[in-house]
Amino acid sequence: MFGFGTEYEGLAFWLPLIWAGLIAVAVAMYVIVDGFDLGVGILFKAARDENWRDRMMFSVAPIWDGNETWLILGGGGLFAVFHVAYAVLMPALYVPIILMLIALIFRGVAFEFRFKADRSKFLWDNAFFFGSLFATFFQGMVLGAFVQGFANDGRQFTGGTWDFLTPFSLLTGVGLICGYGLLGSTWCVMKTTGELEIWARRVAVRFLIATIIAMGAVSLWVPFLGREIETRWFTWPNIAFLAPIPLITAYLAYRLFRDLEEGRHYRPFFLAIGMFLLGYLGLGVSLFPYNVPPNLTVWDTANTVDSQLFALVGFSIAMPMTFAYTAYAYYVFRGKVAEEISGGGYGYH
Amino acid sequence: MAADGGRIRLRSTGALAHSLWSRPAAALKAGMTVDEGKVDMEFDALMLSRIQFAFTIAFHIIFPAFTIGLASWLAALEFNWLRTGNPLYRNLFRFWVKVFAVSFGLGVVSGIVMSYQFGTNWSRYSEFTGNVLGPLIAYEVFTAFFLEAAFLGIMLFGWERVGDRLHFFATCMVALGTLLSAFWILSANSWMQTPAGYAIENGKAIPVDWFSIVFNPSFPLRYAHMVLGCYLTTAFAVAGMSAWMLLRHPHDAPEAKLAGSRRSMSMALWFATIFVPVQIIIGDLHGLGVLKYQPTKLAAIEGNWNRMDNMPLRLFAIPDEVAETNHYEIGIPKIGSWILTHAYDGVVPGLKDVPPEERPPVWPVFFSFRIMVAIGFAMLGIGLWSLYLRWKGTLFTNRLFLTAAMIMTPSGFGAVLFGWFTAEIGRQPYVVYGLLRTADAVSPVSAGAVTASLLTFVVVYAFVFGFGSYYLAKLLRRGPDPVEDIRGEDLGKKPKRPFSVPDEGLEGKPGDKPLPAR
Repeated sequence: MFGFGTEYEGLAFWLPLIWAGLIAVAVAMYVIVDGFDLGVGILFKAARDENWRDRMMFSVAPIWDGNETWLILGGGGLFAVFHVAYAVLMPALYVPIILMLIALIFRGVAFEFRFKADRSKFLWDNAFFFGSLFATFFQGMVLGAFVQGFANDGRQFTGGTWDFLTPFSLLTGVGLICGYGLLGSTWCVMKTTGELEIWARRVAVRFLIATIIAMGAVSLWVPFLGREIETRWFTWPNIAFLAPIPLITAYLAYRLFRDLEEGRHYRPFFLAIGMFLLGYLGLGVSLFPYNVPPNLTVWDTANTVDSQLFALVGFSIAMPMTFAYTAYAYYVFRGKVAEEISGGGYGYH
Repeated sequence: MAADGGRIRLRSTGALAHSLWSRPAAALKAGMTVDEGKVDMEFDALMLSRIQFAFTIAFHIIFPAFTIGLASWLAALEFNWLRTGNPLYRNLFRFWVKVFAVSFGLGVVSGIVMSYQFGTNWSRYSEFTGNVLGPLIAYEVFTAFFLEAAFLGIMLFGWERVGDRLHFFATCMVALGTLLSAFWILSANSWMQTPAGYAIENGKAIPVDWFSIVFNPSFPLRYAHMVLGCYLTTAFAVAGMSAWMLLRHPHDAPEAKLAGSRRSMSMALWFATIFVPVQIIIGDLHGLGVLKYQPTKLAAIEGNWNRMDNMPLRLFAIPDEVAETNHYEIGIPKIGSWILTHAYDGVVPGLKDVPPEERPPVWPVFFSFRIMVAIGFAMLGIGLWSLYLRWKGTLFTNRLFLTAAMIMTPSGFGAVLFGWFTAEIGRQPYVVYGLLRTADAVSPVSAGAVTASLLTFVVVYAFVFGFGSYYLAKLLRRGPDPVEDIRGEDLGKKPKRPFSVPDEGLEGKPGDKPLPAR
């Protein structure tokens, strides 16, 4: 695979690779952590009563803001080190990105407004549900559009406003709803008790089945995109190295199903994360080293060496600390959410 | 549709296309007048993107301007509670933290929009500045946003779980995060005003000296001016909201009900009284920087058409961009020159020093600046009045003063906004001063798409802002909890009914009693 960037040497070769890895980690972090809290939003309308909705919302209220910060790191990070990719991708994805941001606004303010509302509470229930649903859907469309690739002249986007909108990107949009739904429902299994937890298990099984179908459909569709991604997977010796990815995914899906049946609390959530990471790895294998498919590589779109180094210094100092105190914040709010959380005991509200 | 937008855009830049990225003014002067006129007439993707950016950032800035100050205010309240054990401070913290949470939530969601809009609407700007400004934005994310976000959860929900000291630490980290965030974003903004430490290569700015980039000439004073502006915004908002709460109660309401509002108002007014004069001095020094680095902007601020000595301090005028003169000018002779150069006969640059296509729109810059200064002096007046009333002992009962303070609630927001209008419109027609014109920075997106997104933002923000204000008003109507219900308790002890979900409510800890799936 290293044949891709042969015209680059030394730091100009290694820095974009390092940064591609770091941004891939940031995006993966985002997909996992905001995935489960968007997923909780996707389940929200189906919850039986207000107490369930309160508990579901409370399970993510102290951490959602931090989760969404990974999205800013994704956007900001792209600008910071692959500014050409940022400059091409953002106009190309104008419509889905703006709609995703609007959806995130509704869902984000719902956290604060819902607890301050009396008569208008239904409004913010809806804002939380539809905001989460559409934010997820448009993220999925962005993913689909990314796999399809973008018309460009090496510096700017040259395609049309609606290029992103294809049957394939609609499929990835729906597929991501299934995936986040799985993360959200397994999160609820881990963080809630009683009937809510039992309900979350049932929902998780349904989302698991839907996710498997969606993953299968996307995988089958990819060869028809004409990007020749399939040749990368199905040629020797690649096939031997890559075969474990789908196989392990299948095993995790089976294990997840059994765990939900057996009444385990923590493991389903982490198995769902495992499935996500493997799907993500598969995507990485398909697209590397292009960060503006089909033609611009991480080296083509990278900032100058100086600029990447400067950002890397800050990243190396700040991110380990970030991981530490983010982990601490999760640790503080560990355990299951209490069943009676209305009234005085309910947080600061 | 994109082709459509492309064509419209080309009309504005076509003649310059080859010299887009090259060195500033000289190359860009020829043949601009006609093109500029055309651009102004149409609502193309450029104009719409400008309106959208101005709208979304003006909406966004309201919340950070408030929460930067509020976070420090909360840290001060909690410090006082831990130091004195006076439950008044704890109740005040509990009250203002709710106001903070509503504002912070709005700031976060409107801020995410900003971090993507550089790319969606200003991709040529991103391409030009990415090497230099990209890392600064990244530093903001990983030094500030994560810090805020992680500790915000603990600050809002975790007091019971982590105890006093750690909770205070979390509050301080949130406050530090807001200040660091302002540091990086203002550094990036200042670089766009006074670029330094860069070279131009292949039509892009590339970094040469990071220290000069981060601490570019206009940054230190802009940062001081902005942070103090945020603090004063908060001070006047807190004072005004407290004054409103006091006005709603009769004079003889029980002391316990009034104590919280009184203490808040008093603390906020002390801050304002001391720091408004400091802010005026910093603002003046900042203005000297504008004179040095952005003479055309300064000329627009002063409404000064001809380079002159003995310039008057123009209090009012109607600038006329066609006739290149002012109408109905009212000014104090020589004082303008004296303020800017500290000499009555100091020479001040004029707008006519540069051709018309190099000038910003004069009218908005001229008036925005005067509105900002007027608000500043009104703040100074409130501060002095409060001192006089303290001396007379009627600070909390003088209804005229309370009403004035209440009216001043949004004054800081106004000053911040009009200050930004001055700074940002004043550097036009450039987005990166002297290097990149705003017209050359826009994305290749269609006018239709930007129209739709702009309308959506307006509707959504109006809706969200409307409800946000409504819930804020609801919080204020209720006011801080009275202190009486916790009197008699051991003051030094941990609060009886603290913020958060109590641990004892946890049932069915994971692992110890698995529940059946169905």
